[in-house]
Amino acid sequence: MIGESWITTRFEQLEEWAQKNSFWPLPFGTACCAIEFMSTVSSHYDISRFGYEVVRFSPRQSDVLLVAGTITDKMGPVLQKIYEQMPEPKWVVSMGACACSGGFYRAYHVMQGIDEIIPVDVYVPGCPPSPEGLMYGMLQLKEKVDRERQQRNKERTSHADSDGDTAAA
Amino acid sequence: MPTVTATPPLLERYPEGSILPQEGLDQPAWVVRREILEDLARDLRDHPETRFDLLLDLCGVDFPERSERFEAVYHLFSVTRKERLRLKVPVSEAEPVLPSLVDVWKGANWFEREAFDLFGLRFEGHPNLRRILTHEGFQGHPLRKDYDPARRWVLTEDKVYRPRPQQPVEEEDEDLFERMTINIGPSHPAMHGTLRVVATLDGETIDASEVEIGYLHRCFEKMSETHTWQQVIPYTDRLNYCSSFINNVAYCRTVEQMLGIEAPPRAVWARTILSEFSRIMDHCVCNGSVLVDAGALTNFWYLFQPREEIYGLLEACSGARLTVAYGRIGGLAADLPPDFEDRCRRLLETIPPFLDDVDALVAHNRIFLDRSVGVAAISGEEAVNWGWTGPCLRASGVGYDVRKAYPYDLYDTVEWEMPVFQGGDVYDRYRVRMAEARQSLAIIRQLLDSGMPEGPVMVEDPHVALPSKEAAYTQMESMIYHFKLIMDGIQVPAGECYSMVEGANGELGFYIVSDGSGKPYRVKVRPPCFPIFSTFSRLIRGGTVSDAIVTLGGLNVIAGELDR
Repeated sequence: MIGESWITTRFEQLEEWAQKNSFWPLPFGTACCAIEFMSTVSSHYDISRFGYEVVRFSPRQSDVLLVAGTITDKMGPVLQKIYEQMPEPKWVVSMGACACSGGFYRAYHVMQGIDEIIPVDVYVPGCPPSPEGLMYGMLQLKEKVDRERQQRNKERTSHADSDGDTAAA
Repeated sequence: MPTVTATPPLLERYPEGSILPQEGLDQPAWVVRREILEDLARDLRDHPETRFDLLLDLCGVDFPERSERFEAVYHLFSVTRKERLRLKVPVSEAEPVLPSLVDVWKGANWFEREAFDLFGLRFEGHPNLRRILTHEGFQGHPLRKDYDPARRWVLTEDKVYRPRPQQPVEEEDEDLFERMTINIGPSHPAMHGTLRVVATLDGETIDASEVEIGYLHRCFEKMSETHTWQQVIPYTDRLNYCSSFINNVAYCRTVEQMLGIEAPPRAVWARTILSEFSRIMDHCVCNGSVLVDAGALTNFWYLFQPREEIYGLLEACSGARLTVAYGRIGGLAADLPPDFEDRCRRLLETIPPFLDDVDALVAHNRIFLDRSVGVAAISGEEAVNWGWTGPCLRASGVGYDVRKAYPYDLYDTVEWEMPVFQGGDVYDRYRVRMAEARQSLAIIRQLLDSGMPEGPVMVEDPHVALPSKEAAYTQMESMIYHFKLIMDGIQVPAGECYSMVEGANGELGFYIVSDGSGKPYRVKVRPPCFPIFSTFSRLIRGGTVSDAIVTLGGLNVIAGELDR
């Protein structure tokens, strides 16, 4: 720290710090869970307290794909395309029983969990999950991003160390 | 229930044996030969003594053991005469062909496509008979009895259907404007995440469009056939999930009618109150989304707050906020919380200011008026022909409300007005919903004043209601009943029944066929927003894309109910 209005850091760290505290979710809301998602962003629960309120409906502007609701086989290709259009780094939160596992729809037109087609970072159970549940899921994602960063840093340091060793030798 | 007597002039016109009247539990039914169906339909619509101007529902039923395997079931309703009739048309598996009735009732269009998709019935003369709910890679017809409920088909990118709206070709226009085809949805905020419209634009005007649905088809009807009668209730929650409890009531009332039982007074009282609260919630979502689609975000927050307050009440009753599963065949899942009345009274105080605030902000707001008055207007007559019911129909000047026409539960003991507006446009749909929300509050207030009935919330019929835990553990007889109900479920006598309530966006009906076993043989929902949304292409033609967005919000299309 230099004085009161300066900090020194690495750009990557700053970027990661900003990222985990301000996800821009793309709500891929299809069904009942989307209504609970709306409750979560509305006045009462107000997810902006955590910094996650900048909801973007364009995959190119968002970094968290929040799948809220049943994904049918007809919707599958659409979901996959949306995921592919999102730039890296990106994460996926699967909200509710249907997105996680097909829920109680063991049926001819329902995908038995979105992890059939895209990778999932956080599963939020419930049918639909309460807003508290969704917020907890988002905070879990924040922790996960943090852990990933630490992991990366560790790898980088050990890599640098081994580099150093080689140089010394 | 009023009955229809087959009017002699109508019956005489057709060869003997081609119409076979049946007595129904709920309404009269005619078994009709398919050869005369088209003429008969036209006569039933136009004859002054029948005037069945509204096709409520059309569905298939599969009876594999019959020589004529399939039955197409039409539910007709006369808005002017308030009468109902069911037509049943048997067709064979070898030739499952019926005449299309799109020319008689425009609302038949999507219903026929649905019957084609799910049962493989073919409708001759249908303008666009292709799958509607399942995807293009799907094979077979899932609601046939020999279809495995869990058999899925993969949809690959190359099979995805690409709509090409048919457009009137006018050579001169092409010099002036370049035609452009744009795709809106399904992943689009204004399309509620599950609807898709492909529109051809001439400049800024939409001159043709095609609507694609089925992105949320999660097989409610097939799932009902694989679960016991009580187990279907959580599935009904997820039809119109903005007002789940009304779906519970509609389903339970139909099964109760088939069983010949009635829920106890305390349950009926609570059902009426909670249905009205659910209606307010639903209208809040609908008006909130119209306004947010028109750019008035503040109102969305204002209208979501009353929902949160009502969630509190529902959570206290059932333990769930949104998908309550609080109704049971024969009553309610659990008794009301001790502070039920206080909570309701508090809600009566807290909700009106939100409605008033929103009205103050937008009802006379120049911008909102410009966006909504005269937009997507439809006349009452045309709306009826398309199969509309509910607030959207009442905004077009037709005063039909199930709660007034066929009062159920406690609706005949309270005084309330049915708001009817004449404009038939987005603005009047908004106004009808606001007025209805206030009427719902009036209904609730009167019911609270009339006092909460004492007594149980479940019928005391051991064949329907589970015994108390204590009784099941200490008494042999109760234990046996408990075992039978859990293992075999309720046994509903064989037969069929159509029963309806006023859902938040129109007549919500359940047509149920039972074969006397522990599971429903066929459950068909009459989804109010399905025929309404089938009108969408007609409504948005000639308007701009931004008009189309506001129109969609005002129709209150709930995908769970639309696609089931």
